[in-house]
Amino acid sequence: METDNWRRNKRVFFAVSVPQLTWLLIFFIIPLAAVFIISFSEKRGIIGHELVWDWKNYIRAIEPIYLSIFAKTLLTSTAVTVICLLVGYPVALAISFAPRWLKLALLFAVTVPFWINGLIRTYALIAVFRTRGILNFTLEWFWSIGASVLAWFGIEVGSYQDLQFLYTNVAATAGIVYVFIPFMILPLYAVMERFDKSYLEAALDLGAGHWRTFFTVLLPLTTPGIISGCIIVFVPSLGVFFIADLLGGTDSLLIGNVIERQFLGANNWPFGAALSFLLMYLTFAALILYSIVNKKSKKIGGVDV
Amino acid sequence: MSKPALLDYAARWWMRLFLAMFFLLLYAPIVILIIFSFNDSKRNIVWRGATGKYYAKAWANDSLIEAFINSLTIAVANMIVGTLLGVITAILLWRFRFPAKKAVEGVLALPIVIPEICMGVAMLVFFNKWWPNNLVWPLNLVNIIIAHVTFTFPFVAVIVRGQLAGLNREFELAAMDLGASEWRAMIDVLLPQIKPSIIAGALIAFTLSLEDFVITYFTAGPDSITLPVKINSMVRFSVTPEVNAASTILIIITIVAVWLAMRIQKEKTNG
Repeated sequence: METDNWRRNKRVFFAVSVPQLTWLLIFFIIPLAAVFIISFSEKRGIIGHELVWDWKNYIRAIEPIYLSIFAKTLLTSTAVTVICLLVGYPVALAISFAPRWLKLALLFAVTVPFWINGLIRTYALIAVFRTRGILNFTLEWFWSIGASVLAWFGIEVGSYQDLQFLYTNVAATAGIVYVFIPFMILPLYAVMERFDKSYLEAALDLGAGHWRTFFTVLLPLTTPGIISGCIIVFVPSLGVFFIADLLGGTDSLLIGNVIERQFLGANNWPFGAALSFLLMYLTFAALILYSIVNKKSKKIGGVDV
Repeated sequence: MSKPALLDYAARWWMRLFLAMFFLLLYAPIVILIIFSFNDSKRNIVWRGATGKYYAKAWANDSLIEAFINSLTIAVANMIVGTLLGVITAILLWRFRFPAKKAVEGVLALPIVIPEICMGVAMLVFFNKWWPNNLVWPLNLVNIIIAHVTFTFPFVAVIVRGQLAGLNREFELAAMDLGASEWRAMIDVLLPQIKPSIIAGALIAFTLSLEDFVITYFTAGPDSITLPVKINSMVRFSVTPEVNAASTILIIITIVAVWLAMRIQKEKTNG
């Protein structure tokens, strides 16, 4: 559609641009600028801080202890993204191949948890992971079946010992996967839905096996969805704090937890501010990488999907 | 047994099994949470029969009810302001070309893009430094409403813009040719055409606000607690069926709002 030049109708233009841009300036840009400035301040007294314009907080942020937390955050987010992709890809594929009535129902079923409060979903996982929780009950059940089968052959195994899941890195990572998996499936599905399935038929007709068809046709042509899904999972997972807090142990600290503590516990705003800006730069780096990869994948693919 | 069609991956048993397992794992924790809100036991580990007493207990818990009222008040106020700002943003980007349009679009996407915790601390700093505290209800909720509007209106803009993109301006132009003013044309002709996406956007704004934890956590004062923030402190204090009951209520409201939003959007595409 032809757009209007803003000069042609200044009154309408200002009416539909001034309110929200002013809002964004006052309640978004200024707060962020304030955090930016505080990151160059020094903590004074219990809650005060004074602007000194030096890099002390940033230098402290690259001390080994914080650097290792940054590394751990990156590692966790990468692991979460990979797991989400490995689980989400077949799910999205199966939904896109499902009959229409089922497709809508399954899509709604994926969307619902996406909207339910992440805190509540994390809380729900406590009942799964704790010592006398669903996971241990399930494993015990399988164990007892296995044990009775073995007993039939005359092999004795001991009774089931509860495993520790809650307050471990495994639980924290599983929790983040659980909360973010719908973010992976929806963009993947969006691409697969538009993808012309006759390409697959053509490849199979011409003698390619299922695996070959997958790797040479389906995977390259759904790459845009894979990239979008990965970025939508990776970026927000960098900043999580309550999931690691509720499910993880003392060594499951992520950068989000440290930021939260600097602001609400230790009252060291300047250091917390520096960490949040570093986290933001990390996010922007991921997004820039995304746009570069995205452009490339569109060029290589050649086919408009 | 007939072999499944060449491309019918959905019909293969291992694909079905995988899909069933996935949805089982996705929903089991939520379903168990809801079931245990009816459990007649203080420690919600073993099932001891059904009861509604934890809902009664939640209902009698003044601070919980207060948090619930706060949450709804904030969500409704956020819905009104956020929808207004979101709709004009969509119109701005759809209708006009202006200098630095790409940059403005980028800034408008920022609240969606930056990590929630960064936005949370920015709000914490801003309201601590430049906002009066100790305001009486409902004014003490204004800072949370402001924070919510800031991150919800770009979502509304995205949804409304999606419908505007497929719209022809000729009706609006015809109305103006026939003597309607810009405003009348916008209100009487343009807005009714994008009504479904406005309603869907409003419901999404409502839901985003109702279920937000991170940003609210950093913005809420001791007497402006919302339901997710309250649930968070209850979880840390003790894990009782009362928490499950409060969570269940929030889940139900969320599902109803999202279902309505999706239905309205679907009608839009069908009509």
